Amino acid sequence: MKKMLIALALLALPGLTMASSGGSHLMTAPIDLHNKASLQKGAQLFVNYCMGCHSLEHQRYNRMARDIGLTDEQVKDNLIFTGAKVGDTMQNAMPKADAKKWFGVTPPDLTLIARSRGVNYLYTYLLTYYEDPSRPYGVNNAVFPNTGMPHVLWQLQGMQKPVYTVHKDAEGHENKTIEGFELVQPGSMSPPEYKEAITDLVNFLAYVGEPIQLERQQIGIWVVLFLVLAFVVFYLLKKEYWKDVH
Amino acid sequence: MANTQGTTGLLGWIDERFPLTKMMREHLTEYYAPKNFNFWYFFGSLALLVLVNQILTGIWLTMSYKPSAADAFGSVEYIMRDVDWGWLIRYMHSTGASAFFIVVYLHMFRALIYGSYKKPRELIWIFGVVIFLCLMAEAFMGYLLPWGQMSYWGAQVIINLFSAIPGIGPDLSVWIRGDYVVSDATLNRFFSLHVIAVPLVLVGLVVAHIIALHEVGSNNPDGVEIKKVKGPDGKPLDGIPFHPYYTVKDLVGVVVFLIFFSVVIFFMPEMGGYFLEHPNFDPADSMKTPAHIAPVWYFTPFYAMLRAVPSFAGTQIWGVIVMFAAILVLFFLPWLDRSPVKSIRYRGFLFKAGMVLFVVSFLILGYLGALPPDPLRTALAQTCTFIYFAFFAALPFLPMIEKTKPVPERVTEQ
Repeated sequence: MKKMLIALALLALPGLTMASSGGSHLMTAPIDLHNKASLQKGAQLFVNYCMGCHSLEHQRYNRMARDIGLTDEQVKDNLIFTGAKVGDTMQNAMPKADAKKWFGVTPPDLTLIARSRGVNYLYTYLLTYYEDPSRPYGVNNAVFPNTGMPHVLWQLQGMQKPVYTVHKDAEGHENKTIEGFELVQPGSMSPPEYKEAITDLVNFLAYVGEPIQLERQQIGIWVVLFLVLAFVVFYLLKKEYWKDVH
Repeated sequence: MANTQGTTGLLGWIDERFPLTKMMREHLTEYYAPKNFNFWYFFGSLALLVLVNQILTGIWLTMSYKPSAADAFGSVEYIMRDVDWGWLIRYMHSTGASAFFIVVYLHMFRALIYGSYKKPRELIWIFGVVIFLCLMAEAFMGYLLPWGQMSYWGAQVIINLFSAIPGIGPDLSVWIRGDYVVSDATLNRFFSLHVIAVPLVLVGLVVAHIIALHEVGSNNPDGVEIKKVKGPDGKPLDGIPFHPYYTVKDLVGVVVFLIFFSVVIFFMPEMGGYFLEHPNFDPADSMKTPAHIAPVWYFTPFYAMLRAVPSFAGTQIWGVIVMFAAILVLFFLPWLDRSPVKSIRYRGFLFKAGMVLFVVSFLILGYLGALPPDPLRTALAQTCTFIYFAFFAALPFLPMIEKTKPVPERVTEQ
């Protein structure tokens, strides 16, 4: 009886760990936070292509420099375009109120976007822009239909067209789902190069979401090892005290 | 004046003026606890540990947190990035909130299976249920403070429950918020309640809970009153001094708990979106309702009950009533359960089966409360809500047909 109840209690735990991730149609982002070169390329892409509209208002330039293996000088010379000081947070020059007027919504701050949406979402989002003349910017997106963001990386990726599969439902209505994409106008990067660039960008955003994460795991290993050792000591202490309890 | 404890020196000086040694004896070295405590008896001391963790990390978080709608979200990120070890303090606090509910649920479950709420421990149980209520209020108000999307919309949904109360409802919800929507005023008052009012009450109740426990003595897995069988020295034969025996034993429990706690903090602080929900990394936006608003996992069983009850006679108040009744019914448990047998070990099959059904239903409700509703899930939630209440409703009648086993005079060997 007791065992059964314990088993029930334990059974509940895996249920808690099940991720509330998005749909299964998301691609897996092959990111690696240990890859400093990738993080640096991602940072470069971000300040060149994203920062015109999006800020990283909780991320400091010099913290980024330290964490991704750059010097403050390198960051000042290559990655700061706004006149900001190296100890400042990564704000952009666009006033929020104007941005709202121009785009309908203020382009969101992206400091925590990797934590709120997940890296696979970002990866898939940036890879699945496609040509759609019915939209204001002439593009649409597979994971974020009718997205308000233009395809700012189209010069790198080129332009792709969706390949649909059509199925009929029970009532005879035709439903189109996007099966894949074909490149109709090549960009300056080949498709594998573009995928790598997006991986770098997403990798960088994953870093920005929680700059401490690698250090946190390293510290965690020592903390857990210490506690395991402490367990042995305390367990023996308990046994020693309890040997005369009958 | 000589003190009654026979102490001398500095301690003697103190004991003449303050009952230090007396309290140490009454609550630790001469507090006799049954020697047969098992796994389930770790969670009381662990709850105390987590309470201390929440208070200490909370004090340090408060040093850098800004309780205003404009700055709250940013100040949490400031803590995560710019405050030395701020990330650790924040994760200890956020993980501690979930850990608190895990240990408290297990602690309550222990009381359920061993009948620890029965005479003479009714007040311990009642203090405990009030602690549980305070804990829910504390967690709910604390969850608003990071001012993320789920903070905001979760609070919006729960406060709106009060507007379902006929007549005064709408005014009441405005009074709670201090505004027509959740806003800066709401955040500020929730901050005040979260860091001062509720913790103060909580600590007081915990003290009362422990004083009441030490007055009557602990129950045990056999449900035997150890004070009934005393040795010639007047000490219970089945009792051992809390200190050193249970202090060293609880230390082992503490270390094991800390291992699990640290694994979450250092390797999975979001716990897959259950301890820190993903949408809460988006700042609160009153113009953008999230597609799916789910409370944090520890509220989901009650949230599932709320949603399971259909609106009726033009009001949704019934779901709210059922949800609060699910907690209020706990207050009556000591008088609902009329069986003279405390521990599940000596109770009949019906009670055991009922307990299993009850626990399974509660877990299913917790699972359903995190998901968007659909007709099948709602039907399942209704069934489980029914079982939850049926368990309590059946307790008074169970002893009429239940075949219990004889309870031993002394605690049994492990």
